[in-house]
Amino acid sequence: MTPQPLIKIQNIAKVYQTGEIQVRALDNVSFKINRGEFVAIMGPSGSGKSTLMHIIGALDKPTSGQYLLEGKNVEKLNEDELAEIRNQKIGFVFQFYNLLPRTSALKNVMIPMMYGGIAKEDRARKARSYLAMVGLQNRLEHTPGQLSGGQQQRVAIARALSMNPSIILADEPTGNIASKQAIEIMKILDQLNRKGRTIVVITHENEIAECTKRIIFLRDGHLEKDKPNKKRRNLTKIAL
Amino acid sequence: MDYQELITESLLTLTLNKVRTGLAMLGVVIGIGSVIALMSLGQASQQSITSSIQSLGSNLLTISPGSQISGGIRGGSVQTLTYEDAQAIANSPQITTLSKISAEFSSRAQIVAGKNNTNTNVTGVLPDYADIRNLAISSGSFITGLQVSSLSKVAVLGPETVTDLFGENVNPIGRTIRLNDQVFNIIGVLQSKGGSGFMNQDDLVLIPLTTAQKLLFGVDYVSSISISAINEKVMTQAQEEIARLLLARHKISNPEQADFRIFSQEDILSTVTSVTDTFTTLLTGIAAISLVVGGIGIMNIMLVTVTERTREIGLRKALGAKRKIITAQFLTEAVMITFLGGIIGAAIGIGISYLLSTYMSLPFTLSLKSILLAFAVSAGVGILFGWYPAQKAAKLEPIEALRYE
Repeated sequence: MTPQPLIKIQNIAKVYQTGEIQVRALDNVSFKINRGEFVAIMGPSGSGKSTLMHIIGALDKPTSGQYLLEGKNVEKLNEDELAEIRNQKIGFVFQFYNLLPRTSALKNVMIPMMYGGIAKEDRARKARSYLAMVGLQNRLEHTPGQLSGGQQQRVAIARALSMNPSIILADEPTGNIASKQAIEIMKILDQLNRKGRTIVVITHENEIAECTKRIIFLRDGHLEKDKPNKKRRNLTKIAL
Repeated sequence: MDYQELITESLLTLTLNKVRTGLAMLGVVIGIGSVIALMSLGQASQQSITSSIQSLGSNLLTISPGSQISGGIRGGSVQTLTYEDAQAIANSPQITTLSKISAEFSSRAQIVAGKNNTNTNVTGVLPDYADIRNLAISSGSFITGLQVSSLSKVAVLGPETVTDLFGENVNPIGRTIRLNDQVFNIIGVLQSKGGSGFMNQDDLVLIPLTTAQKLLFGVDYVSSISISAINEKVMTQAQEEIARLLLARHKISNPEQADFRIFSQEDILSTVTSVTDTFTTLLTGIAAISLVVGGIGIMNIMLVTVTERTREIGLRKALGAKRKIITAQFLTEAVMITFLGGIIGAAIGIGISYLLSTYMSLPFTLSLKSILLAFAVSAGVGILFGWYPAQKAAKLEPIEALRYE
């Protein structure tokens, strides 16, 4: 018996109704992601990859089809239950970092823990250790404005880790970052994957996708390709 | 996320935009400040009036002329009481409850002493007036029965009138004043009773009733008759006995058509209290309108804040904030604005009422009720006007909110 997949997407469709016109952003998409995978979801703009990311991230529900996260039917949950799934199971890394302005790195990392009911005394300690994991142990009290793009994204990764989620869901995590720092980000994600984290990266850049172990390619809302990445870049060899 | 965190978070957010927070607060500050100031001033003036009425003693009855009704037509007369009425009451064997009686005629007049002059209340009285009204003499003597029967031109002055006419620390006994070009000898000065403005009890001139009626003002009626009963328990009996006698004297068979009215201090007190209550309520009501306006201002600011922070709200929701937490966060911010506004407003209101009561020499009262009310109202305003913006924030879709530029 094969172990239960972490994510099971089955015949998912997402239809947007704008006036008279129906737009099928996703159509009959199915795949599974197991624990410990490092997956890139690729596709040109308009391919439906953002919509798919929203559905995997429990930010949106599919129009039809099934989404099982750790065996749980996410598409059947109500708004507050979705909020709980996002808080407990998913660690988001956004393209524009989405850190709270004028708020210290430490406080930013503590936000999900505040909503997740982690005891107050434990939050700062945990946040410090996650910030140390991304190499920002000396930037705890810096606000986003005092940090570079790469550093901000590392704070976001620490925040994504803070609730010890089942998957890290990164939406164009390097889209706004200079290339040297982008590699740094990918190295951090790679290291996390080596420690057993499941990581899903949404990207349109080949260079980024090449760092992962598996590439899912979307086009016009359909799943075009889904295959292991054989030309994987070995990030451990890149010196920073 | 507990209350303490909600409060620290919202205080943090509010300090990020101090000017806006301050302006949003201003409406509540003004509203609460004026409510508290007006409520405590209202209470202070009521206390002052009440105590001055009570100081006259609880066994005091006042008879004042009322309009005469004949054949359903209300006559305009206020000249229905005479000195003879007072004498009849004093001498009647049927009235067993009477202790002291005085009749008064009161009018304003110009008083001249040398180069100084003042306009004040001149009252013609009988000798018992001092006892009935609890007036004490600080120097000289009060008007005697002989001076009343002989139409003497003598006067007893209030301490403030003395100061007005002769200056501070002058003993005016033996000196003269001129009332409507007639010369009066000053025979006594009253002790100060306090009060100021329309409640001033120290600015007055007392002369014999007969002198006032015949020599000064040329009238044959009195403005009122004051009576002190032998004790408080017989007040109702005294009222009935006097009414019966006066009705007989005025040949009125139906008591409903009486051309006079008899008040006890309690009657006056309840009338005055109801009047000041009405005024206080009215003024407080007007002040409360500014609270509502302040609340609308806060709603406006909160709506702007929600729009401005759409991305933040989207992020918080993406990170697991449930609807009620977002609602609580924005509601807490609104309530913090109104609550802080309430504290500042209360402080200002108390300050204003302290200054005004000192200036108007009223007793300074700090009513706990009005302060509690102010806080309840300010928190209520925050909840009421913060609710809609908070709901709007809570209902934002996380994807839409994250995309918002």
